[in-house]
Amino acid sequence: MKYTEEHEWLDEADGIVTVGITAHAAEELGDIVFVELPEVGAEVTKDDEIVVIESVKAASDILAPIDGAIVEVNTAIADEPGKVNEDPEGEAWFFKVRASDLSQLDECLDEAAYKAFIG
Amino acid sequence: MKDLRHTEFYDLHVALGAKMVPFAGWDMPVQYPMGVMKEHLHTRAAAGLFDVSHMGQVILRGPDAAQALETLVPADIVGLAEGRQRYALLTNEQGGILDDLMVANKGDHLLLVVNAANADADVQHLAQNLPEIEIETPTGRALIALQGPKAEAALAALNPAVSDMRFMDAIDLDLAGATCWVSRSGYTGEDGFEISVPGTMALRLARVLLENPEVAPIGLGARDSLRLEAGLPLHGADITPETTPLQAGLGWSVGKARREGPRAGGFPGADIILGEGQIGRTPKLAGLRPEGRAPMRAGTQLFETEGDAEPVGEITSGGFGPSVGAPIAMGYLPARLTREGTKLYGEVRGKRLAVAVSRLPFHPRSYKR
Repeated sequence: MKYTEEHEWLDEADGIVTVGITAHAAEELGDIVFVELPEVGAEVTKDDEIVVIESVKAASDILAPIDGAIVEVNTAIADEPGKVNEDPEGEAWFFKVRASDLSQLDECLDEAAYKAFIG
Repeated sequence: MKDLRHTEFYDLHVALGAKMVPFAGWDMPVQYPMGVMKEHLHTRAAAGLFDVSHMGQVILRGPDAAQALETLVPADIVGLAEGRQRYALLTNEQGGILDDLMVANKGDHLLLVVNAANADADVQHLAQNLPEIEIETPTGRALIALQGPKAEAALAALNPAVSDMRFMDAIDLDLAGATCWVSRSGYTGEDGFEISVPGTMALRLARVLLENPEVAPIGLGARDSLRLEAGLPLHGADITPETTPLQAGLGWSVGKARREGPRAGGFPGADIILGEGQIGRTPKLAGLRPEGRAPMRAGTQLFETEGDAEPVGEITSGGFGPSVGAPIAMGYLPARLTREGTKLYGEVRGKRLAVAVSRLPFHPRSYKR
């Protein structure tokens, strides 16, 4: 598992990277009431704003952590945004992206580095 | 930056795990570990305890205090019976709303509760315009609100007399050994009480109430979503010095005795406010229900069609309504567009999303009248 400073977790298998937000991020955002997911098939570039999350408090964006094409999105969290608070690092993943350059993952944080980052 | 002020409950908030935020110069709990959504729903289902000590408490003394205050507010204060409280507005010469407040007749004085952000300005305004009235800002008193269907039972356990109070009664009662100024009122749409307690006794009262399993501490986040669902305007957002009472749907707070007869008018902006009659100026404050799931927040521009270049209005309060289970908002619109069901578009992140004018409140109020 890899992490970003934008509080995303990335789980890679066979060139497909599953992306969600960390438990720390879900906790900080508060109760999530709206999630807007990217289109399947969309080509994304690292740092594109591709997901919008709204909590009871405010709106925030999720950035594409790597370059690639969106191959699947988790429509269950668009229907029930509260799932993101319940299981952010499990069932409530956001999207899967076919990475065009897996070496971008090397720039991400490992678990120890992420833990240090959030203090 | 000036240091943030702490209420009597600051250490308790921190001990309860609250997330503290600056609010009108105070360090206040925005939420506890329960979170805004559950805190909101708990208040509607059981009872929520709110620290509202940041709000301004002002005492007006003098035999003519009621007549004097009527020179600054359009509410009927002279006709307010002892032991009763009434919603009032401080107005300006343009008929705009300087602040909204509660006024209680406590027999030998009036007790005012004003918004935290306006407290200093209000006291200055009162002092400047009512030189003959003794104005006191009681120091060292905390203010809490206990709101929700279980609020009466929780408070009656400390003093059964609270059960005899009805909506907008305001009396002194002994609670947990302290003489408290209690009113049956609030800012959530629920039945409940607002309690002014001497600072030295405040923590004890809060702890006694929190021992009741029905009572949970509730932060400012849920306070905002509760009041929005109840269709209660927020000063500085939905009502401002630029909006008149009738524009904001608060024409009911202008007393009948202030519209006609010997005490008619005589408050700032009376010609404008009374001249509005029953029709009033446009734009008007309306309830709005976004048709999708995306919340429309304050500042969202409203358009009559998907393609119009010019907005017709703007949202002044908006978010998610946990009891409604959907996004809700209030905003100003031309009167012709405020009919219930009128379809409009709100621009969110560059997209025009459908929103419909809705009746207020979004969630029924359950006051004990």
